Amino acid sequence: MQLTLEFGGGLELLCDSEKIHKVNVDLPNGAESDDFTMKHLLSWVRTNLIKERPEMFMKGDTVRPGVLVLVNDCDWELSGQLDTRIEEKDVIVFISTLHGG
Amino acid sequence: MMSNGGDSSEIIRELEELKLKKADIEHRISTLEAKLQDTAAVERYDAVSNGDSYPTAPELKHGLSPDQIYRYSRQLLLPSFAVEGQSNLLKSSVLVIGAGGLGSPALLYLAACGVGRLGIIDHDVVELNNMHRQIIHTEAFIGHPKVKSAATACRSINSTIKVDEYVEALRTSNALEILSQYDIIVDATDNPPSRYMISDCCVLLGKPLVSGAALGMEGQLTVYNHNGGPCYRCLFPTPPPTSACQRCSDSGVLGVVPGVIGCLQALETIKLASMVGEPLSERMLLFDALSARMRIVKIRGRSSQCTVCGDNSSFNKQTFKDFDYEDFTQFPLFAGPLNLLPAESRISSTEFKEILQKKEQHVLLDVRPSHHYKIVSLPDSLNIPLANLEARLNELTSALKEKEDGHVNTGSCTNPSVYVVCRRGNDSQRAVQYLRELGFDSAKDIIGGLEAWAANVNPNFPTY
Repeated sequence: MQLTLEFGGGLELLCDSEKIHKVNVDLPNGAESDDFTMKHLLSWVRTNLIKERPEMFMKGDTVRPGVLVLVNDCDWELSGQLDTRIEEKDVIVFISTLHGG
Repeated sequence: MMSNGGDSSEIIRELEELKLKKADIEHRISTLEAKLQDTAAVERYDAVSNGDSYPTAPELKHGLSPDQIYRYSRQLLLPSFAVEGQSNLLKSSVLVIGAGGLGSPALLYLAACGVGRLGIIDHDVVELNNMHRQIIHTEAFIGHPKVKSAATACRSINSTIKVDEYVEALRTSNALEILSQYDIIVDATDNPPSRYMISDCCVLLGKPLVSGAALGMEGQLTVYNHNGGPCYRCLFPTPPPTSACQRCSDSGVLGVVPGVIGCLQALETIKLASMVGEPLSERMLLFDALSARMRIVKIRGRSSQCTVCGDNSSFNKQTFKDFDYEDFTQFPLFAGPLNLLPAESRISSTEFKEILQKKEQHVLLDVRPSHHYKIVSLPDSLNIPLANLEARLNELTSALKEKEDGHVNTGSCTNPSVYVVCRRGNDSQRAVQYLRELGFDSAKDIIGGLEAWAANVNPNFPTY
């Protein structure tokens, strides 16, 4: 499954300072393409993209507090968080909230 | 020359005093000039009307004076803004919290466009390293309260609006009283506890909150608590870990980035105050300066489960006053120095100077990030950033070995010591703690880092 993953607000530092990753994600064994959810994607990202300090990205099986997740420019709270279905060519953005000024 | 030290500080003090007086006089001049214009205008109309050949200044329903019509004419000419928008703006009041990178441009535009009453709150003073982004301040105000400086600038742009000054920190003890006096609140602060406190206070008072943030090359903007939209806690019910909360003073920021976000905060505020357009509520603007991209994303609405604005919230003014935001966010507002090591594992900057003078064998390890090291460093130091220390430990070992070998030739028998330095003396303690666990028993940190070196040993050593 072809996906575009973007990291911002400092999260890119956890994956070689690259902000945009065009990736090809293999579906987990036995999974149909319409079963693929954010829960699967998060675990894939953690294994394949996060190079350091995974605790700065995840807490438990979800993202750590202060990280906004956007699926096709829409807050994942509106699409079911971890249960959000991911489809071919989706754009998923992980952005750490900023506090500076 | 040493005896002139007292004289020069006296001169600097006198200069600062004079500059403040100058700013005050300039403010009085511009106020009087504005007053004169008003009076002259009235006299003109009077003269004309006494001549009976022209009617007097017309009574205008929107309440704008002839001078206001002229000053704001370019906004009145906008069909979507028009005289109603301007009239609403002139009747509105806005509080800007923080007169820094975001507050500077926000305040300049809010003053210029004719917000009737503008409050500014900040406890800080203007510093030289603020100037690249906090464009409301001028060099003359370095060392003086940001609020005084910002208020002077606002009045010199627009002497016809009311500007309120609060030279104090916003706290749970004064927030309700101050915020309650304004229609719209602008969050231009730089830390998590203030952001939670301001949002909670806005919920209690039912005020819309225009919230901006910027760091490095990125910025974020949204409007909270407006028209049934979410509050800050709906989005971020749990505070992020402290390690995820960077400050501009540690991580850096390109000056224009908060400038862009601050301008957009002014824009959203003007839209709310004049009641035109579509506020950025339930949406968030994300700005990435490096890739020149701005995206606007849809964010969740108000959460019925929210501990502050939710349906069953028991959060009230008393809860607010008793709430410890620093403890909640684990983010100290006024951070004291870290104290990780026993005294015998540390030396002062002046003690290190003596070590250099006595030419004692040692390795000076600088654990700052390499881009910091490139700005300035002490001579003969070895740079291994704290984050890489574990992986690059062999470099330290071989540097020590080299010194030791050199030493054998001179016939001395003491082992070289390791001294560790960083910018302010926090990371150096972490490094020493780590090194001592590994058996580098001579490792000591230089208390207060390069800042202490500049303050106590070499005043010409650059700080940043």
